Amino acid sequence: MSAVTQTTPAAAEAAPEREWRPPSYWPFVVPALVVVLAVIVFPWLFTIWMSLNQWKVGSPTTFVGLANYVRLPNDPRFVEAVGHTILYTVLSVLLPLIFGTFAAVVFHAKFPGRGFLRGVFIMPMMATPVAVALVWTMMFHPQLGVLNYLLSLVGLPPQLWVFHPGTVIPSLVLVETWQWTPLVMLIVLGGLAAIPTEPYESAQIDGAGVWQMFRYITLPLITPFLFIAGMIRMIDAVKSFDIIFAITQGGPGSASETINLYLYSVAFIYYDLGYGSAIAVIFFLLIVALAAIMLHLRKRTMWTEIGGGA
Amino acid sequence: MLGKIGLWFAVFIIVSPAILFFLWMASLSLKYEVDNAAYPPVFFPERIAWKNYADVLASNRFLTYFINSLLVTGTATFLAMMVGVPAGYGIARMAAHKSAIVILIARITPGLSYLIPLFLLFQWLGLLGTLWPQIIIHLVVTVPIVIWIMIGYFETTPMELEESALIDGASRWQVFRYVALPIARPGVAVAFILAVIFSWNNFVFGIVLAGRETRTLPVAVYNMISFDQLSWGPLAAAALIVTLPVLLLTVFAQRQIVAGLTAGAVKGG
Repeated sequence: MSAVTQTTPAAAEAAPEREWRPPSYWPFVVPALVVVLAVIVFPWLFTIWMSLNQWKVGSPTTFVGLANYVRLPNDPRFVEAVGHTILYTVLSVLLPLIFGTFAAVVFHAKFPGRGFLRGVFIMPMMATPVAVALVWTMMFHPQLGVLNYLLSLVGLPPQLWVFHPGTVIPSLVLVETWQWTPLVMLIVLGGLAAIPTEPYESAQIDGAGVWQMFRYITLPLITPFLFIAGMIRMIDAVKSFDIIFAITQGGPGSASETINLYLYSVAFIYYDLGYGSAIAVIFFLLIVALAAIMLHLRKRTMWTEIGGGA
Repeated sequence: MLGKIGLWFAVFIIVSPAILFFLWMASLSLKYEVDNAAYPPVFFPERIAWKNYADVLASNRFLTYFINSLLVTGTATFLAMMVGVPAGYGIARMAAHKSAIVILIARITPGLSYLIPLFLLFQWLGLLGTLWPQIIIHLVVTVPIVIWIMIGYFETTPMELEESALIDGASRWQVFRYVALPIARPGVAVAFILAVIFSWNNFVFGIVLAGRETRTLPVAVYNMISFDQLSWGPLAAAALIVTLPVLLLTVFAQRQIVAGLTAGAVKGG
């Protein structure tokens, strides 16, 4: 199946001319429209309104304008959370991209049992994140965890993993990478399927090696797919919650507290809903901005027009 | 020959993190605490602790949480299919591609930012303490997935049949019901499977909205964690029970899942 061309809703050939058509498709859309307005659009608008208020559970609300937003840059915990989020996101985009591309190249080859093994390979991303996080927590255990045992087998010293501020984010990224490399693999695999075989044949005649073929033929041709994978990965990594919350709850101390985790604390531990809403709005804008930057980068390096919609 | 060995080696390398992890999960869940606390770790225990599973399944709370999960995921998926499949059809036929931007933004928005306003709304409506808040908020996950995937499928189904049915006097609804929908059945399956999985897996909505009686399985498992005493066996057993339906679905419906994920790379929450 041609994968990524379908990420846009606008398949170009989808709408032939049908001039006599009355506008009678609306009834199909109305129920969903009601639901989307109620559970998706209403929360967006209400969040914006709340962010302009001093809004704590159990005390009267007052309109405070942009005061909640002014608080943000002066809140050391928020600033720290932004730093953690950036580190976490950069690592959680790059590592799955590298491993995912490698895995895609491997799964692009034909071998018996490929379908089944691909199913096994994507299990980490479909498995219930909390259940997975629980087992990782046991594996990270400094005394009884299997990871330190594995390290000792290859002669490395034991680590504190998620129990030390210096190693907690890389350890969580390890889980995130384990979990989401399959998604990158699937997207890149779709890209590989679209590459013609001729360039490889002529390169082989010219005596190119495996690495050279990958570097100069495969990589340039799958770049658009890497961008898409990178963008999706970025959006998900910035928002990552389940894994971090279930393994460390942002700890030790606040060493792994990302924006999303801090947002949770502000809104549902301190019940400061106005300030929480402001964080949510800024957080959303940050994600949109990052996505826009990546789209811009992609436009500059793109070799195919993927189409509107995004 | 050397290439073949290299290929199998590479396959082994990339698949082993997933396989080893789930085998280790199973191993943890089948060991008594003595074995789980052993160093060096024991992979195959001498005595298998089926008791861990029996304990989890026997606790009557577990049954409650399991039913909660079934109700929340079942209802949220059912409602999403009821509104989302026709909507995908309507959007595809009207070529209203701009409306899909809403779905994209919903995909980008962090799940927590839906929780703040909806939490208040549920409080005002007096719904907290029932399953309805979770069912409703799970629609945030399931509805966009279903609409998104169905737009993609209905755009690729041929128009000719539908047009001749219209000329023969069928209503729009009949055309949808008897012509378009049967052709798009694979898409319906994909949308259904993904909606079920992402709703089943959802955790963040439950930790805020679920009370003691209304927890879904992921929340219940999270609440089982108590690091003071070592009871890894039952904990791992519970974790495996929670995620087992999804893992089985992943292996058996692998083709649909791959198709759906590459079609939009949708993920809930």
